[in-house]
Amino acid sequence: MNSKAIIVENLTKIFNGFTAVDGISFEVEKGEIFGFLGANGAGKTTAMKMLCGLSMPTSGSAMVAGFDVYKENESIKKNIGYMSQKFSLYEDLTIKENIRFYAGIYGIRPELITSKTTLLLEQLTLEKEANLLVKQLPLGWKQKLAFSVAIFHDPQIVFLDEPTGGVDPITRRDFWNMIYDAAAKGITVFVTTHYMDEAEYCDRVSIMVDGQIDALDTPGNLKSSFQAGSMDEVFLQIARKAKRSE
Amino acid sequence: MKQFYHFIIKEFYHIFRDRKTLLILLGMPMAQIVIFGFALSNEVKNAHITIVNQSNGAASMKLVQKIESSKYFETYNQTTQTSDIEKMFRKGTIKVALVIPPDFDKTILAQNSSRLQIISDATDPNVATTLTAYLSIIVADFQKELNQPNSIPYTINVETRMMYNPQLKGAYNFVPGVMAMVLLLVCTLMTSLTVVREKELGNMEILLASPVNPLIIILAKAVPYLLLSIINIITILLLSYFVLEVPINGSLALLFAVSILFILVSLALGLLISSVTDTQKAAMFISLIVMLLPTVMFSGFIFPIENMPLPLRVISNIIPAKWYFIIVKSVMIKGLGFSLIWKEVLILTGMMLFFFTMAIKKFKIRLS
Repeated sequence: MNSKAIIVENLTKIFNGFTAVDGISFEVEKGEIFGFLGANGAGKTTAMKMLCGLSMPTSGSAMVAGFDVYKENESIKKNIGYMSQKFSLYEDLTIKENIRFYAGIYGIRPELITSKTTLLLEQLTLEKEANLLVKQLPLGWKQKLAFSVAIFHDPQIVFLDEPTGGVDPITRRDFWNMIYDAAAKGITVFVTTHYMDEAEYCDRVSIMVDGQIDALDTPGNLKSSFQAGSMDEVFLQIARKAKRSE
Repeated sequence: MKQFYHFIIKEFYHIFRDRKTLLILLGMPMAQIVIFGFALSNEVKNAHITIVNQSNGAASMKLVQKIESSKYFETYNQTTQTSDIEKMFRKGTIKVALVIPPDFDKTILAQNSSRLQIISDATDPNVATTLTAYLSIIVADFQKELNQPNSIPYTINVETRMMYNPQLKGAYNFVPGVMAMVLLLVCTLMTSLTVVREKELGNMEILLASPVNPLIIILAKAVPYLLLSIINIITILLLSYFVLEVPINGSLALLFAVSILFILVSLALGLLISSVTDTQKAAMFISLIVMLLPTVMFSGFIFPIENMPLPLRVISNIIPAKWYFIIVKSVMIKGLGFSLIWKEVLILTGMMLFFFTMAIKKFKIRLS
């Protein structure tokens, strides 16, 4: 078995003459928390969508969980979890119904769904709220629940697209604890974020500018090579070079 | 299959949790039948008439009684002054007036010939024509009665038979029309909205990143609306049979089968619309303006297609509701069997396959 969760080489996406992602290359280790940073419009979401099989690359190659994004799309989808920028649970379904639905479409056996649901509700201390509609939950809880649902089927890799947008600092900290727990279980975490304090929590981060990866290292190494006190400064130094914006 | 089941359960939750929409979906056919059945009728009943009887003889009195006893007319504001007629027309209190001149009784006895005048308000030409025709028939009838003892040498008795709808009820025409409209609304509009809603909320991305076959996602969306539509057909048929007294002359099974075929065409159209739009607003616009409006205009339900100029007649052929309307009228009202409607059924089947293929094809393109 390969020890790499994701291998990307020269991955490019061109939309009608506009190069959204311009020949990026990187590797993500198994069990790693990989921060994928970049200003708005840098091409993060597009790159992530190609890795999730939502978008076909224009050129380059990528292996996700050991499968080729061009040919083994279906196998990739079985082995990843995905949580998008937009909130992804159904507001008019209860917490339990949401878990059951998403678990069901990943083909988990009914007995297993029931036992895992009980366990999950316990962990989230949502036992009493299990039959409430999701729209009645506060945003922070919704995001935590959405993350739990995204890794319910024990994927090899989970892709998180700005999962903590609009969430208060305490809930964000809780959320990151959940990410650490997932990583401890061996799930590779691929996360995009705008919060630089979150970047510090990652094992390694890459910073995208205008469709290309300008920096890729551990937060510590990045700070020392850019002679910066925080990831915030590193990001500003790199992102200021950007020519395009949204 | 398991995934499909989970999807259908979810779709039912969506529908049942949205009580207001569900109520509208199930109540709409009833409202439509009641509105078309009782309020929007092009039959003329109890039209206000003024009879200016200046003669007052035995014959004229008999004629007046004959008109008064007809269910089509209701006498209003008796007067003997012809000058009052125009005033009443202006006020809009009467639709038609009959003038019996002073010499009516005298001339009819003495010279075997007399005159009457019918004046009608032709601002609505259809009503005016209908009322004038009704009045003429009553007068002709009256004339025949007078002639009974000594019949005139040459008479031609025209015997008219109104096939399939002897009472000339409007319901025979609009029940099939309402069926087409309701099914199209529920299936096309609601299906396209529910799929596009997933796109707007961002759930679609999650679903597409999961191992679910996209075909399952969209087919599962259609199933609950198929069931709702079947309930709607049953409501419409029950109401039209028991309340409007429209008979079901043909095979009920065949009527259901073709209705389900039309539902599938509408669902496929809804899915196609949702494949090519990204917002609920756009989906609603296309469903209502591009689908519903032509259906009302070109299905033959309100405006007869035969009267349209050639280009519009050609366009009407691509409207699925036109074919469904023909089939329902043939089966329900005329009582025809499958051997006489197979051509229309074939056209609808072709449309269904075409729309489904297009919907799936367009949907897949969005993935890459």
